[in-house]
Amino acid sequence: MISANRRTLLRVTGFAALATALGTFASPADAQEKIRIGYAISKTGPYAGGAGITTLPNYELWVKDVNAAGGIKLGDKKLPIEIVEYDDRSSSEEAVKAIERLANQDKVDFILPPWSTGLNLAVGPTLNRLGYPHLAVTSVTDKAPDLAKRWSNATFWLGTSAQISEALADLMGKLKSEGKIGPNIAMVSIADQFGIELSAAGREAFKKHGFTLTYDKTYPMGAQDLQPLLKDAIASNPDAFIAFSYPPDTIALTEQAQLLKFNPKIFYVGVGTAFPLYKGKFGAGSDGVMGIGGWNADSPQLKDYLARHKAATGKEPDRWASSITYASLQVLQQAIEKVGKLDRAAVAAEIRSGTFDTIIGKIKLKDGLLQEVWSVGQWQNGEFYALAPASLPGARAPVVPKAQWQ
Amino acid sequence: MLLVDIILPGLVLGGMYALIALGLTLQYGVARIMNLSYGESLVAAAFGAFSLYSGLGLSPLAALLLAVPVAMLLNWLLYRFLLERLMRRGKDRGAQEIDSILVTFGILFVIQGAMLVAFGGQYYSYSYLSIPVVVLGSTLAVNRLVALLFAALVGGAVYLALTRTRIGTAVRAIAVDANAARLVGIDVAALSGLAFAFGGGLVAVGGVLVSMFLTFNAAMGVVFTMKALVVVIMGGVGNVMGALVAGLLLGVVETAVARLVDPGLTLAATYALFLGVLLIKPTGLFGRAAP
Repeated sequence: MISANRRTLLRVTGFAALATALGTFASPADAQEKIRIGYAISKTGPYAGGAGITTLPNYELWVKDVNAAGGIKLGDKKLPIEIVEYDDRSSSEEAVKAIERLANQDKVDFILPPWSTGLNLAVGPTLNRLGYPHLAVTSVTDKAPDLAKRWSNATFWLGTSAQISEALADLMGKLKSEGKIGPNIAMVSIADQFGIELSAAGREAFKKHGFTLTYDKTYPMGAQDLQPLLKDAIASNPDAFIAFSYPPDTIALTEQAQLLKFNPKIFYVGVGTAFPLYKGKFGAGSDGVMGIGGWNADSPQLKDYLARHKAATGKEPDRWASSITYASLQVLQQAIEKVGKLDRAAVAAEIRSGTFDTIIGKIKLKDGLLQEVWSVGQWQNGEFYALAPASLPGARAPVVPKAQWQ
Repeated sequence: MLLVDIILPGLVLGGMYALIALGLTLQYGVARIMNLSYGESLVAAAFGAFSLYSGLGLSPLAALLLAVPVAMLLNWLLYRFLLERLMRRGKDRGAQEIDSILVTFGILFVIQGAMLVAFGGQYYSYSYLSIPVVVLGSTLAVNRLVALLFAALVGGAVYLALTRTRIGTAVRAIAVDANAARLVGIDVAALSGLAFAFGGGLVAVGGVLVSMFLTFNAAMGVVFTMKALVVVIMGGVGNVMGALVAGLLLGVVETAVARLVDPGLTLAATYALFLGVLLIKPTGLFGRAAP
């Protein structure tokens, strides 16, 4: 028994050694044949839901698009992309370990980011130390400007919590001055970094615009019944209901609001509002609901992107970070092509300083941050149009008060 | 009527907790399988109901007729060809529990992996019986009321079957002492398999009904396993009535805390209640100390 085990062990070790040796010898030759790009993404665990809609389909679509066009242009030839993929299991430790592995063992040329604020902040220092460009797309944090200063390789694409809350408060302030809504707001938020940052920024921004918070509570992640919360929010008789929520709660809050016939003039819910799932579930009932994100749905490039996304992945993209994720990958590709060689530091510098043509228009980052980001959108006739900041081209006028639930 | 407005929605939430715990109480209490893949099985049933509803337009209540026998058969096969061997090999209850934990931990990843391949990681949700109904001045959703009704009916039926029938008595005997049950001529392996399969059927009932009003994805199983474990242990392992009462109690306490104290403390209240019950009665509300 022991000897059999030992033999198996020897055989396994032998294979492993052989595989490693082959891998080591093979990689320098490979380097000229293709560009190896790696990522660790949440395929399991609590973040799988968000990663599965916003990030992963866009990685797949982009790789498909690039390879169909022959690859990334490097000097005078085009190199196809080869992908190395891991599951970070929604855990910071796993995500960091996977990054180390991608860099040191798989020796990939570039690394794409994980999904969520938490995981992007977790892998940030490692990507910085290893010298890989870090496209922290799906991260919303007020620390972004500081982090972009500290990590010269990193870029942030969704704006800060303060930006998002301020854009919402601005929009509502304008509606209040037009007499379309009153000064009372009921606000609920999920008790994690996302909810805490956005509600903290919201409290300040709403106060600045002369609003009163008649109800202001947090709820824990994974709450299975939000009706008690909503009943007290309704009892406070608000003009606007604001929820900084995650997809399951976004759905649950909307469903309960419909059941309770709660029809505030503004009904705003968080992550998930911009998902095709939302429209799919509530149909015409989604009309008038405001949420985080938005896009310029009339743009021909985005219409084309929507069609390609649907054809390649079988589903529509979300109307917030999906198109930005795809655009960030276009930026990466163009930066590599401009630099003309696999020089990661030069590519990172180019991403921060260059101007790029993407599906969301011309992009030029400032201080490592994408400045012009949609913060508030609204479902209008089956499409999630961007409302704020109103200064951006393509912003639509809000429909207020929201029609009664149907 | 704040009191009614707490108790009714609380009972409805608790009904769901009881419903998702009923299957585990049979699988763990009687068949001795600490089924860590419990939540994944529940989500799999939810996906099944979703597919039947969105693909064929079959209502979730009709889907039950299909899902329950299929789940029972699958669970019976699982017990017969995998778990029974472990149960026979394990020297005592402790060893059996550890083996079953390890195996079902593996099964968890198999089910989750299959769901990820089939449905991906994103969220799913559909609307069925999402109609408001006013009971004593409190607005409730019909789909959640249906879940409560099923929990009460199924729980009651299983309780009666366990206490009033010959097979039920035999099953309870196994739960108390499998070796002694064997001595009086009870076919422990066959009945344990039956209890496990029946538990699997109840998981399917829970999954199908819950899918009518909760948003779910392939990664969410662990949430249900945890909640079911809390309810089962609080109610007294293997006690159906205990699971029912503990589930309802949990729902009412969570709703009361959300309305009267702070919605942020519902999770804390769950575990405070759980610890409180275990401190006062370590075997759970309806549990009896092992002889």
